[in-house]
Amino acid sequence: MRALWRAAFVIARRDFTAVVLSRTFILFLLGPLLPIVIGFAFGGLGERISRSDLRPVVGVALAPAETAAMLRAQRGLTERMGADALPRLQRTPLTPDPRAQLADPDSQVVAIISGSLTRPVLTGKPEDLDRLQGDVSLLATAALAERTLRFVPVERQEVAKSLGAQAQAQLLIGRAAQVVIFFLTILLAGMILSNLVEEKTNKIIEILATAVPIDAIFLGKLMAMLAMSLVGIAFWGGTALAIFLAAGGQPAALPAPAVGWPIFLALALAYFTMAYTLLGSLFLGIGAQAATVREVQTLNMPITMGQMLIFFFASYAVDHMGSPAEIAACIFPFSSPFAMIARAGQEAAVWPHLLALLWQAAFVALIIRVGVLLFRRHVMQSGGRWWKQLFRPATG
Amino acid sequence: MIGDTPASSPAPLTAPMPVFAVEGHGLVKTFGSFRAVDGVDIAVPTGAIYGILGPNGAGKTTLLRTLLGIVDPDAGERRLLGASQPLRMARQVGYLPEERGLYPSMKAFEAIAFMGALRGLPLAEGRRRAKALLEDHGMGAAIAKPIRQLSKGMAQTVQLFGTIVHEPRLIVLDEPFSGLDAINQEKLEALIREQARRGVTILFSTHVIAHAERLCERVAIIAGGRIRFDGTVSAARDRLQPQVRLRTRATDGAWRRALPPDTMAQEGAWHFALPAEGIEPLLRALIDDRAGIESLSIERPGLHDAFVAIAGEAVARQMREEAGKEARA
Repeated sequence: MRALWRAAFVIARRDFTAVVLSRTFILFLLGPLLPIVIGFAFGGLGERISRSDLRPVVGVALAPAETAAMLRAQRGLTERMGADALPRLQRTPLTPDPRAQLADPDSQVVAIISGSLTRPVLTGKPEDLDRLQGDVSLLATAALAERTLRFVPVERQEVAKSLGAQAQAQLLIGRAAQVVIFFLTILLAGMILSNLVEEKTNKIIEILATAVPIDAIFLGKLMAMLAMSLVGIAFWGGTALAIFLAAGGQPAALPAPAVGWPIFLALALAYFTMAYTLLGSLFLGIGAQAATVREVQTLNMPITMGQMLIFFFASYAVDHMGSPAEIAACIFPFSSPFAMIARAGQEAAVWPHLLALLWQAAFVALIIRVGVLLFRRHVMQSGGRWWKQLFRPATG
Repeated sequence: MIGDTPASSPAPLTAPMPVFAVEGHGLVKTFGSFRAVDGVDIAVPTGAIYGILGPNGAGKTTLLRTLLGIVDPDAGERRLLGASQPLRMARQVGYLPEERGLYPSMKAFEAIAFMGALRGLPLAEGRRRAKALLEDHGMGAAIAKPIRQLSKGMAQTVQLFGTIVHEPRLIVLDEPFSGLDAINQEKLEALIREQARRGVTILFSTHVIAHAERLCERVAIIAGGRIRFDGTVSAARDRLQPQVRLRTRATDGAWRRALPPDTMAQEGAWHFALPAEGIEPLLRALIDDRAGIESLSIERPGLHDAFVAIAGEAVARQMREEAGKEARA
């Protein structure tokens, strides 16, 4: 066993340094930051756009007193409901007829209120009427009740903790962690698919196969890619934290997950490692059967679709804690890391995580072993029926 | 039945060497319906330079791969340095495959050290030895060069150094001379002899008879997946009788009756296999008849002649053609 790990470490060290010391690794690190930079740029632009008023403008062609009452009602309600809650109002002449006014190319309103406050008539296109009818009714009602409408003051009673809010925050934390782990896994584990192609095309595999067990080759490659991913995550996570702190963010103000932040972060790392090695070992096994990079590329699509299905399964489970679906998601090895991290956000018990991690690790070992035996059988054209050798020591 | 080795951890480097460094009994390996190795028995004595001689497709590479544990045999048993699980002896074995393979972006000394590290040599020591090997063999300028910048011959030499950097007890070379020019072939032969002097067992395959003849104490001749001959080079040559080449002043006379029946006349000389009763009766006839002897030589057959006799003319021709093609390339 020690020899296996030592050999795996030799392979891992070679692969890790080959990747990390290459120029393309800088691109790998900077690549994911690009969407963040673009996000900031477009976020600023979006903010500017949202600042300019995009609410629909409705013309008011009522008697002057009723028009004034409508405008006052709109101001009063907007103060309490927010600027985007109601359409803007604009005085329009009583004549010509609203249909004629809307047909005018210079018209700046999408619909016109005419008639009276008690029997308002809204003229406009059907889709505009659908979305404005309720708002206009509310405004007219408020304008009519202007004299009698009084807003009731609400007394404030403050508490330090709200369990409902906390549960919601923990659900959000669990879900966010799930999404982050999933996307990191899908982004990073895909690279493993083509990992053995270099060894096969450069004929290095034969040298490796006479020196170390093939299990060690698989394990070493997985370790190297995991280490490389963790370097990336440390870089991206550090950058994100720096941006968060620079923007005045207060880490202490964040709501805590059920297991507490330190354990939650450790579990997130452990579950990422497991999700990565589970999918990675599967990818390595599948990729090892491929003879060329083209074959690997062809395999990419069905594998990504499979990952998406697993993620949907796990994310469905988040909202149904304790349900059979959630328990199944926790047990099924490929969805287990995602389901369990969501559980860590919402439930304080730690022991299920230790069990889950052991279970997932056992599956990693099993998948590697099957991958190795299939590789020996189909690529090295050696070995008998693979399932008969599944639990034999990895000595080649 | 070959005895088994129970433990699964690597064998200690100080373990006593068995009589045979490599053994195989009744080895069979098939790929689909093709029987690449067909009931091979082989025993490579410890400390020997042992050549496996045969044309391309004869089963040399598959036999080596089977003996090394890269592929498992369908039938038969194997032992490598006394172990039935070849990988257990990986630290004591160096292997140069037929299809050379190196990471193109790795520096020459790193590639050698990596190959040593795969077989248990600490990386720092591997780097030190790699630099020393490259410098000692006039390749000091290539130490820090990536493999992709080296010539094919240099890259092959780097891989060969990677094969020996951990000072193995057994070196297995699959067609090591393939792709090397004459100068590098000579260097490689010298390196093989140097390793053999240190007591290392060398097992190599080749389709060039001259290399085997110059280097090997023992050879196995393989064709069609079967070993046709296994023994010393001398024993292979002894399978044929020595060839006599006689040139006389007289072209005819009673002495001609003393020539063996298979005698051929070529370029003014008589050629025939040395008769079982020796050359003396013919000499007596020549003297009695005053035929006059211009020259007389008795030549021991070369390995090539022995190979033709053992494997057949068709196989020998195939090998000559392959060697010719390679030389032209």
